[in-house]
Amino acid sequence: MRRNTGSHRSGAVVLAAVAALGAGLLSGCADDGDDGSAGSSGGGDSKGKTVVTVGTYGVMGFKQAGLYDEYTKLHPDIKIEENVIDPASNYYPQLLTHLGSGSGLADIQAVEVGNINEVTTTQAGKFVDLSKAEGVKKENFLDWKWAQATAKDGKTIGLGTDVGPMAICYRKDLFQQAGLPADRDAVSELWAGDWQKYLDAGKDYAKKAPGGAAFLDSAGGLFNAAVSGSSEVYYDKSGKPIYKDGPAVKKAWKLATDASASKLSAGLQEFTKPWQQALANGKFATVSCPAWMLGQIKEYAGDKYKGKWDVAAAPQPANWGGSFLSVPQAAKNKDEAVKLATWLTAPEQQAKLFEKQASFPSAQAAYDLPQVADAKLPYFDNAPIGKIFSQAAKDSPTQILGPKDAVIKQNFTDVGLLQVEQQGKSADEGWKAAIKTNDNALDQ
Amino acid sequence: MTAPSGFTPDTAAPPAGQGGAAPRAATAPAPDPAEQRRRDRRSRRYRWDVRWSPYAFVAPFFVFFAAFGLFPLLYTGWASLHQVELTDPTHMEWAGWHNFSRLWEDEFFWKALRNTFTIGVISTVPQLMMALGIAHLLNYRLRASMFFRVAILTPYATSVAAATLVFALLFGRDYGMVNWSLGLVGLDGIDWQNGTWTSQIAVSTIVIWRWTGYNALIYLAAMQAVPNDLYESAALDGASRWKQFLHVTVPSLRPTILFTVVVSTIGATQLFGEPLLFNTAGTATGGADHQYQTLGLYMYEQGWVNLHLGRASAIAWTMFLILLLIAAANALFARRLRKSQ
Repeated sequence: MRRNTGSHRSGAVVLAAVAALGAGLLSGCADDGDDGSAGSSGGGDSKGKTVVTVGTYGVMGFKQAGLYDEYTKLHPDIKIEENVIDPASNYYPQLLTHLGSGSGLADIQAVEVGNINEVTTTQAGKFVDLSKAEGVKKENFLDWKWAQATAKDGKTIGLGTDVGPMAICYRKDLFQQAGLPADRDAVSELWAGDWQKYLDAGKDYAKKAPGGAAFLDSAGGLFNAAVSGSSEVYYDKSGKPIYKDGPAVKKAWKLATDASASKLSAGLQEFTKPWQQALANGKFATVSCPAWMLGQIKEYAGDKYKGKWDVAAAPQPANWGGSFLSVPQAAKNKDEAVKLATWLTAPEQQAKLFEKQASFPSAQAAYDLPQVADAKLPYFDNAPIGKIFSQAAKDSPTQILGPKDAVIKQNFTDVGLLQVEQQGKSADEGWKAAIKTNDNALDQ
Repeated sequence: MTAPSGFTPDTAAPPAGQGGAAPRAATAPAPDPAEQRRRDRRSRRYRWDVRWSPYAFVAPFFVFFAAFGLFPLLYTGWASLHQVELTDPTHMEWAGWHNFSRLWEDEFFWKALRNTFTIGVISTVPQLMMALGIAHLLNYRLRASMFFRVAILTPYATSVAAATLVFALLFGRDYGMVNWSLGLVGLDGIDWQNGTWTSQIAVSTIVIWRWTGYNALIYLAAMQAVPNDLYESAALDGASRWKQFLHVTVPSLRPTILFTVVVSTIGATQLFGEPLLFNTAGTATGGADHQYQTLGLYMYEQGWVNLHLGRASAIAWTMFLILLLIAAANALFARRLRKSQ
């Protein structure tokens, strides 16, 4: 009898423990969900401050440039928390899931340009119309940037942060040794107006190819740079996908595969470890260079190549990449979030972000501010990057975006061109593979 | 001669009034109804305890399983019959068997299935053989045997992500350590990522590295349960160590081997993290030519990159059905094995 009660009691203890554990697990899950919207109870922390959360992918640089600190100094009752999701490829599906369920969202969510069209066309109802927000001035932004986040009914759901105006970064010393002009104006002149001229210069370069360095890093990079100078790329004006026979895609494909066939390309895949290592070892002389690429070069090429890289204008003005800030309707602190997003994307703040983080402003009003207009980068032999990139940004055509831009682009570079460059397939085989993968991706 | 009944009390029947249990009850303390109820309750509780407690103890698992296992499984099945996009997951459009029939003609699916199979074979077979060998060695009397046992388990304790990222570096084309070592012995470097076989071998290497120790420990535990007499008599019969291993150890381990084969097969069918992270670009294509894209990875690409949740669900269910088939084949095989013994 005694034994029995004993086991009975210990049974109860175990049961209680299991229940506690289960409760712990459940609340653990619940915590996760709440993370994105800290302070669901009115959005205040213990000190009574309002916590505004910002969900981003990768390094957007607001924190690093001290903008959060500055904002909280101006608004002492606000606290800003940033949730970064890395790698960026995990960010977008999670954002969609959270939008679908209406929970777990941060007060401000960043959106990448490759996804902005899909968000604008399919999720517009779930975001705040920022065009009506106090202090937001449409004319501050580049026209095409503003248009990218504006839905058919005129609702603007994202405020532009950075853009990726195109230039060409090149190794001055290698150009000199190869007998090409090395001065940045002369280099810009060398290929002005046509990407084909860029390849021709490459053929001249390849005759000497100093130090065994290839002319450019990757066919994929060249492809992306070349397509982003056209207004219709993967979709036409009516929203129909034209990746199979769009002139911009075909032309860029030919350029990229020609570069590969004539051995101008180092055959790398951009942003991978081998690409970074090749930068560190000086294995290529040029790279298609949207503004955000400068940071990559500086970081991976390192001190060894300081002053040897320079920046010239791209053959055609183009834009590759960029981001937006948006505020979901389900945000806990919608009003404060709108205020913060407005402030972060105002020209003055974008100029500061450019100065500290080299994220190029999408607010054209910032281009005349001294931080941008007079900007020079010592690493790139004091290239006047402010001037070069603002010119490219202003001259870029309004790109027509489509919902699956990011996926289509990736399949062209990481399937099609990579097969040509790294698996010895012909240009034709690579094209077929890219089209087939894209057909499969877009098929409902 | 008759005696008066009064004189023969011994033989006389006891008076009715004093027979039965009643007089004893009268001498015992009167029954307390409250105590009685308590006793009843206790015995009832005891009966319930014995009867229902086991269910209560296993309930948490089943509750969690229902919430996080069964429900998703059924919901995935339901979703697989619809066209659902991640951009609007609540909007489901009936599609019938389209998602499944589409897979039938989907060359990427067949490629992923083939890759899953080949990677499964080249990772599972060497893995289990090596595990058996290692377990056999560890079964000898060794100095610091505990150290070795813990050491072989450490790969299992590392995260897939960490291990895979390191292996992706080791298998790098230009600056990887594997190619560097090949260069030392005068061989040309191999572009591990881009070849079909080379990439699959590289991915399998990661799997083998992570799981061999785990399986070795399971084998070791089973080996220690093999009675020593068997070895002694085998030794008396003049069997060498190798013969003992072949004819005593392996047959005794048969059920364990079957178990590890099943577990490894399930793991191989669901292989995902290694091929995803082995791609240094971090994309879900499994290489430029999908050369090492597994079913799990293809499901991920369809669901979370291309955002077709319905189709991803169909792939998930197909994987589940494949596993059921494997389980059935395995059960058949196991029964055969038992009968032959």
